[in-house]
Amino acid sequence: MVIVPPSIDLAAVGPELILTGAASLLLLVGVFLKEQSRFLNPWIALLGVILAAGCASSSLFPHTTFQGMYAADLFTRFFKLLFLLGTGMTILISIKYTADEQIEHAEYYALLLFATIGMMLMAAASDLVTVFLGIETLSLSLYVLAGYTRTRLVSNEASLKYFLLGGFATGFLLYGIALIYGSTGHTNLAKIAYAVSHGNLNTGLLTIGALLLLVGLGFKVAAVPFHQWTPDVYQGAPIPVTAFMSAGPKAAVLAVMIRVFEQSIAFMNVDWTVWITILAILTMTVGNIAALVQSDAKRMLAFSSISHAGYAMVGMAAASREGSSAVLYYMLVYTFMNIGAFGILALVARQNEQRTAMRDFTGFAYKNPALAFIMTILVFSLAGIPPMAGFMAKFYIFMSAIKAGQNFLVLAAVLNSAIGIYYYLRFAIYMYMKEDEAPSTLPPLRASLGLILALVISLYGVIRLGVLPAEYLDFAGKALLTF
Amino acid sequence: MLNQYIPVLVMTLAACGTAAGMIIATTIIGPKREFEEKMEPFECGVSPVSDPKSRFGVRFYLVAMLFIVFDIEAVFLFPWAAVFRELGMFGLVEMLVFILVLTVGLAYVWKKGALEWE
Repeated sequence: MVIVPPSIDLAAVGPELILTGAASLLLLVGVFLKEQSRFLNPWIALLGVILAAGCASSSLFPHTTFQGMYAADLFTRFFKLLFLLGTGMTILISIKYTADEQIEHAEYYALLLFATIGMMLMAAASDLVTVFLGIETLSLSLYVLAGYTRTRLVSNEASLKYFLLGGFATGFLLYGIALIYGSTGHTNLAKIAYAVSHGNLNTGLLTIGALLLLVGLGFKVAAVPFHQWTPDVYQGAPIPVTAFMSAGPKAAVLAVMIRVFEQSIAFMNVDWTVWITILAILTMTVGNIAALVQSDAKRMLAFSSISHAGYAMVGMAAASREGSSAVLYYMLVYTFMNIGAFGILALVARQNEQRTAMRDFTGFAYKNPALAFIMTILVFSLAGIPPMAGFMAKFYIFMSAIKAGQNFLVLAAVLNSAIGIYYYLRFAIYMYMKEDEAPSTLPPLRASLGLILALVISLYGVIRLGVLPAEYLDFAGKALLTF
Repeated sequence: MLNQYIPVLVMTLAACGTAAGMIIATTIIGPKREFEEKMEPFECGVSPVSDPKSRFGVRFYLVAMLFIVFDIEAVFLFPWAAVFRELGMFGLVEMLVFILVLTVGLAYVWKKGALEWE
C-alpha cells in the first residue's frame, strides 16, 4: 500500500503560520519570563501581525490547496489583510488599556492572534469543514477574551452568555452543514455548487440545511433576530475586545456568507436573497432603533454595530459581484472607523470602564480639542456623511442593491441611515455643545502612543477611502474575480 | 393479523396494572413507621458523613481538559504508527510538527502550574 501525501502549500497559509508562531512565542514568554517582560507582549503580537501582513500581501497565484479545503485567492488575501489591520489596531489601543486594567498578560495578546487565525481560516474556507474549524477557533478565543477583565462582574456575564449562546448557535451551524452534506454528498463548496446545479437533489433537505447554516452564521454576525447576545456581550467585554469583535469577526462571517451563498448554494432553485433581504431589513431597523434610546456610549456603539452588519447584508442581498465587492469595501471602511472610535471611548472610559455613558463626553472638546475633532470625524463617517469613507461605503452598497432591483430594501436602508445620523451626532452635541455642570476633579486625559498610532491609521483610512476610493475599491473588486 | 397481538396487549396492560396497583396499594394502605435513621439515604450501612451535593474543585475540570488534549494526541499517534512505513518521511515530519505544537502547550501548562494539584 502506498499512501500519497496530500498537496500542501505552506506558502498559502504563511500568515496563519506566522501568527501561530507569534502566539506560541507569546505564551512561552509569558510563562518563562513573567512579570518583567510584560511590556513586551503587545509588541511581540504587533510584530507578528506586521510580518503576517507582509506575507499576506505578497503576490499569489489563485489556487486551492489542502485538497480543495483552502482557497488561496485574492478574496482570501483581501480579508487576511483586513483582519490583520483590525487586529493591529486592536493591539495598539489595547496597550494602555491592558496596562491600566492590569490584564497585560501574554494570553490576552495570544488569544487575539488565535482569533485572527480563525478569521483567516473562515475567509479562506472553500469547504464547510474549514468554515467550522475557523469559526470555532475564532469563537473559543472570543469567549475567553470577552471575560478577560475577571474582576468585573459584567465581563464575566458577557463571557458566560456568549459562550452558552455561541455553543447553541454552533449546534445550528453544524446541523446545517450535516444536512447540506446529507443532500449533496459533499462538504466542498465547489462540489456542492456542482451537485446543486446538476444533480437531482433532495431540495427540501438542502433548503433546511441552508437555513440552519444561515441561522448559525446570522448568530455569529449578530443579525436580528439572532442578535440577543450582542448588546450585553459587547457592553460587558473590555473595550478593545469589543472593538475587535465588532469589526473582524463580522467581516469573517460575511466572507463565509458570500462564499457559501453566492458561490455554492446560489444555483439552488430557492431564492435565498429573500432570506438575506429580510435579515438585512430587520437587522438595520432593530439595531438603529435600539441604538437611538441608549444613554451608554458603549452600548450604543454595540447596537450601531448590529445595524452596520445590516447595511453590509444589503450588499449581499444584491447577489451580484458588484454587491459583494461593496460588502468587502464596507467592512474595510468599518474596521478603520469603528476601532478608532472605540479607542477614544477606551480613553474616555478611564480606569475600570467607569465612565462609558454619553454624558461622560460632556465638554470633551474643551479639554482635548484634537481628540474630540478626530472623534467627530469618526462618528460622522460612521453616520455616513460625505466626504468621509462611511458615506462612500454606504453609497456603493446602496448602488449595487438598486442595480439589482432591490428598491424597497434600499429605501429601508436609507431611512435607517437617517436614524443613524441622529444618534451618532449626539457624540458631537455632548462634546461641543454641552458644558460640564461641575468642574471635574479627574486628572486630564492623555492619549497614549498606541492610541495615537491607531487614530492616525483610522483617520488615514476614513479620509483616504472617502476621498480617493478608486484604488481600494478596485482592490475589493479584484478580490471577487478569482472566486 | 393484528388480532394475534391482542393477547400481548392484554398481558402488557395486566403486567403494568399489577405493578402500578401494588405500588399504589402499599403507599396507601401500608403501615408507615418513620424514624430518623430509616429516612436517611442508605450508604452501605454507614451513616452519611456529608451532603452528596457538595461542589467539586475546579481542578478536576482542569485535569480533565488537559487529559483530553493529550488523549487526542494519542488518537492521532496510533494510526500514524500503524502506517508509519508507508507514510515515510512526510508522515514523520508532519507528526514531529504536531508534537512540537503540543509540546509548546505542555510547556505552557507545566510552567503555569496547571499540573500541580495544590
